[in-house]
Amino acid sequence: MTDTSRIRNFSIIAHIDHGKSTLADRLLERTGAIAARDMREQVLDSMDLERERGITIKAQAVRLHYTSPASGQEYLLNLIDTPGHVDFSYEVSRSLAACEGAILLVDAAQGVEAQTLANAYLAIEGGLEVIPVLNKVDLPAADPDRVALEVVGVIGGTPDEVLRVSAKTGEGIDELLEAIVHRLPPPAPAGDGTLRALVFDSHYDVYRGVVCYIRVTDGRVSTGDPLRFMATGEDLPADEVGVLTPKAVPVASLGAGEVGYLITGVKEVERIKVGDTVTRRDRPAKEMLPGYREPKPMVFSGLFPTDGDEFERLREALERLRLNDAALTYQAETSRALGFGFRCGFLGLLHMEIVRERLEREYDLELVTTAPSVAFRVKLAGGSVREVRSPQDLPEQIDRIEISEPMMRVMILTPTEYTGTVMELLQEHRGVMSSMNYLSKERIELVYRVPLAEIVFGFFDQLKSRTRGYASLDYEVDGYAVADLVRVDILLNGLPVDAFSAIVHKEKAEVYGRRLVDRLRALIPRQLFDIPIQAAIGSRIIARETVKAKRKDVLAKCYGGDVTRKRKLLEKQKEGKKRMKMLGSVEVPQEAFIAVLRVDED
Amino acid sequence: MRTERPDAPAVVDAYADRVAAYVHIPFCRRLCPYCDFAVQVGGDLDGYVGALLVEIAADDPFARPLDAIYVGGGTPTSLAAVRLGEIVAALAERFGLAPDAEVSIEANPEDLDPGTAGDLREAGFNRISLGVQSLDPAVLRALGRAHDPDQAVAALAACRQAFPTVNADLIFGTPGDAGWESSVRGVLDSGIDHLSVYALTVERGTALSRAVASGAPAPDPDDQADAYLLAQSVAEAAGLVRYETSNYALPGYACAYNLITWAQGEYAAFGNGAHRHRGGVRSWNIRRVDRYVERLQTGASAVSNQEHLVGWDREVERVLLGLRRAAGVATGRAGAALLASPAGERLLAAGVIAADDHRLWVAQPLLGDEVAREVLALAPSEC
Ligand SMILES: Nc1nc2c(ncn2[C@@H]2O[C@H](COP(=O)(O)OP(=O)(O)OP(=O)(O)O)[C@@H](O)[C@H]2O)c(=O)[nH]1
Ligand SMILES: C[S@@+](CC[C@H](N)C(=O)[O-])C[C@H]1O[C@@H](n2cnc3c(N)ncnc32)[C@H](O)[C@@H]1O
Ligand code: SF4
Ligand SMILES: [Mg+2]
Repeated sequence: MTDTSRIRNFSIIAHIDHGKSTLADRLLERTGAIAARDMREQVLDSMDLERERGITIKAQAVRLHYTSPASGQEYLLNLIDTPGHVDFSYEVSRSLAACEGAILLVDAAQGVEAQTLANAYLAIEGGLEVIPVLNKVDLPAADPDRVALEVVGVIGGTPDEVLRVSAKTGEGIDELLEAIVHRLPPPAPAGDGTLRALVFDSHYDVYRGVVCYIRVTDGRVSTGDPLRFMATGEDLPADEVGVLTPKAVPVASLGAGEVGYLITGVKEVERIKVGDTVTRRDRPAKEMLPGYREPKPMVFSGLFPTDGDEFERLREALERLRLNDAALTYQAETSRALGFGFRCGFLGLLHMEIVRERLEREYDLELVTTAPSVAFRVKLAGGSVREVRSPQDLPEQIDRIEISEPMMRVMILTPTEYTGTVMELLQEHRGVMSSMNYLSKERIELVYRVPLAEIVFGFFDQLKSRTRGYASLDYEVDGYAVADLVRVDILLNGLPVDAFSAIVHKEKAEVYGRRLVDRLRALIPRQLFDIPIQAAIGSRIIARETVKAKRKDVLAKCYGGDVTRKRKLLEKQKEGKKRMKMLGSVEVPQEAFIAVLRVDED
Repeated sequence: MRTERPDAPAVVDAYADRVAAYVHIPFCRRLCPYCDFAVQVGGDLDGYVGALLVEIAADDPFARPLDAIYVGGGTPTSLAAVRLGEIVAALAERFGLAPDAEVSIEANPEDLDPGTAGDLREAGFNRISLGVQSLDPAVLRALGRAHDPDQAVAALAACRQAFPTVNADLIFGTPGDAGWESSVRGVLDSGIDHLSVYALTVERGTALSRAVASGAPAPDPDDQADAYLLAQSVAEAAGLVRYETSNYALPGYACAYNLITWAQGEYAAFGNGAHRHRGGVRSWNIRRVDRYVERLQTGASAVSNQEHLVGWDREVERVLLGLRRAAGVATGRAGAALLASPAGERLLAAGVIAADDHRLWVAQPLLGDEVAREVLALAPSEC
């Protein structure tokens, strides 16, 4: 049982790749949470996908024991490592809600970037104490004096309050640990001691059912307690409570200010909701904790099992994944081309890619993804407004008065030498400037209003390549705006394939249609008959190509008595064919569906 | 006497019960850039023939004498005619030889003067297959061949003189081949009774495949389709009948050895990399020549691996092989399953396959592999 004044709860926040997970490694190591032999780089990035891509996708909580060498005092530290990619900023806000403090990490060579700003503001708005820390001071390109000034410019204070560390070499880590216990406040229990704990995350374990990650705000939760989940109204027992060290270790109880996990034995994922408040059944709290704003999906795309029989398995997988990824939304959908599937909502394209990959790997599903779309608002002839998340749901021309598209407030930080380049890029993407602020003589912040549809697909890569990687971007929702939009349909062999339809700006429709038709022509193999591929707006054809019928598909060669080899070769080719999707009478390879995701790239 | 049409079902189906022996001679004077057969340049020819004789003597005869012998390569004519004669004699002694048996040999044009042709006939061969490939000098150079068109024409004449049955192999679809039609006409004019036309195939690991990977032109499938159809019309006009994807013969001159393999018949095989089909089991010898010889010298078996297809898999194989023939195949379980499948309907509708009450055949041989893949993809069916 730890005295609350000896607890520190904090998140590490930063722009992507500034070294959060590596810093967490050093803190785990220095506090002995992990034996040297179990240590590996970014140990908290435990998902295969995180390790392969070298990025954090899920926020990860871990408990550390720290004894201050100065005072001999023991502390309990709850650290949450957060993702840096803009798609996952929802994870950051949830993590911050479980903490009193934050370490704002800034790469001493790169300086302040867009998510440095965005995440710093999130922490400050949440009333958290922020410790600014410069990382990677070991790099020859590091310029800590300059970057310290930039940081102070953002969050206030003086440059000497900015710590300097190298998460790689371990330099400055001892000072950082001391600053954590001295500069960050302990949790302050509010209320009257009645149990209230926030469910800030959860995941599904095949053996244990739903595992909830909780932060106890008031009172205490012990193994065996009769509990109530206030939002869902579920009454469930605390089968096990424990802490993550980072291994799950059961404990007798968790008190106010502590972070840990809770298992109730529930297997039905819909009975637990992230953001819910846990209290006692016999002594329920009066009011729920604030919880979270529901994250708002930005991009929608259809997910269909390649094998139609897998629809139910896909539903189950989505239910379980959502438990661990609250930002994912889904809704059953039928496609003429692809059969039964789900229209899913994502925070961005990276999120979409990650969800798809997790479904394929963790749930062994083979999926087809349709062209991503944003959610449009369509004013109908009758005056009512309908939200359209799928191009196929767009009402006919005569039934609609106007289409509005979601807009974003986009903030771009760039060295001043690229100001012109960035402005040009935003112009191409139908952006309108709202403001321009100099952070220093060398760095400028440009704020634009841009249609979401223009920035979700490939914009980030273009920005990076045109500014040689120096510009960074952050965005937030900024209402809707009426625009001149049309739906481009793709017809294969005369039949429209809804999976390839997209709603695009009228001026860009022709280029879009031409590119997609060209890509499809290159990707669809020749078959027994000519396959016309057309792009159309309504009944007007804007682009056309033909995949000519194949004329020769036979191994006309002497193979003597070796019958086996020929059969094996054909068997291999047959396997490739199995991975194709039949659209009408046309076989379409999986890559074709991926091609529509990349039409914007040259 | 020789009137049997090689595209007649009754004719080709009869080969299912006949038996053959294949002998592989792996030696070549040089390696052609497109070739991926089990071959090598030179080597211990005597040692190899010795090993062959050991392997032949140790094998079990069939219930009936051999209906066909095929000595292929490589370049069988790297061996002297007498040595080849010894091999034929050993086979005849161990297996027995039917009085009307076909005894074939493959030969390269640069080896075939009238004297050698006579010697080979003398050694017991009654059918010769000449690797002409082309009568266009540029194509022969592109294919890395050792002979020129004149040598090929002379060799064809020598064969015609000495042998009752002569085949010419041609390769079509070599990039830049402008002389395809005259190559086909040229070999037909020499009086051959059998013609094999093969599409130039880029095999993995060959010099050709490396050249293509670094930018040399690859054979164009549409050009190959044109060349295939051109050869078909020229050959048919000369009275030859297409009886398999790549093979044409005058009535009565089809290759018995090939017909046995396509009818899923049985054959013994000898030499490195040679494939046999005996007792329902397919097996093959190790590919390396030195290892092959070593094994036989030490009394070990040369077999490298085997495959035993039973039940549905064997039925599928029967249909796959049979469909290469113009006469097609008795429908059977796998054929019926194909016709009943959506893929089968699609192929029928497109005119790629055709069927009557008890037979199934490929009507567009250029799309034969499309059919074969669908047969392989069928779910096993009962009865
Ligand atoms: N030289 C040097 N490299 C570092 C240091 N800290 C981190 N890195 C490297 O920076 C890269 C990114 O580190 P991560 O710890 O994965 O960064 P992150 O902030 O967790 O990234 P996301 O989770 O994707 O936002 C890795 O290649 C690290 O090895 C440091 O102090 N010095
Ligand atoms: C077993 S090979 C050997 C014949 C002989 N050594 C010769 O090359 O003349 C039989 C025939 O297969 C054909 N062939 C070999 N490799 C080929 C390839 N890669 N593509 C097409 N045909 C090929 C040639 O027509 C060759 O004549
Ligand atoms: S094609 Fe014939 S001659 Fe050329 S290497 Fe192959 S077997 Fe030998
Ligand atoms: Mg990380």
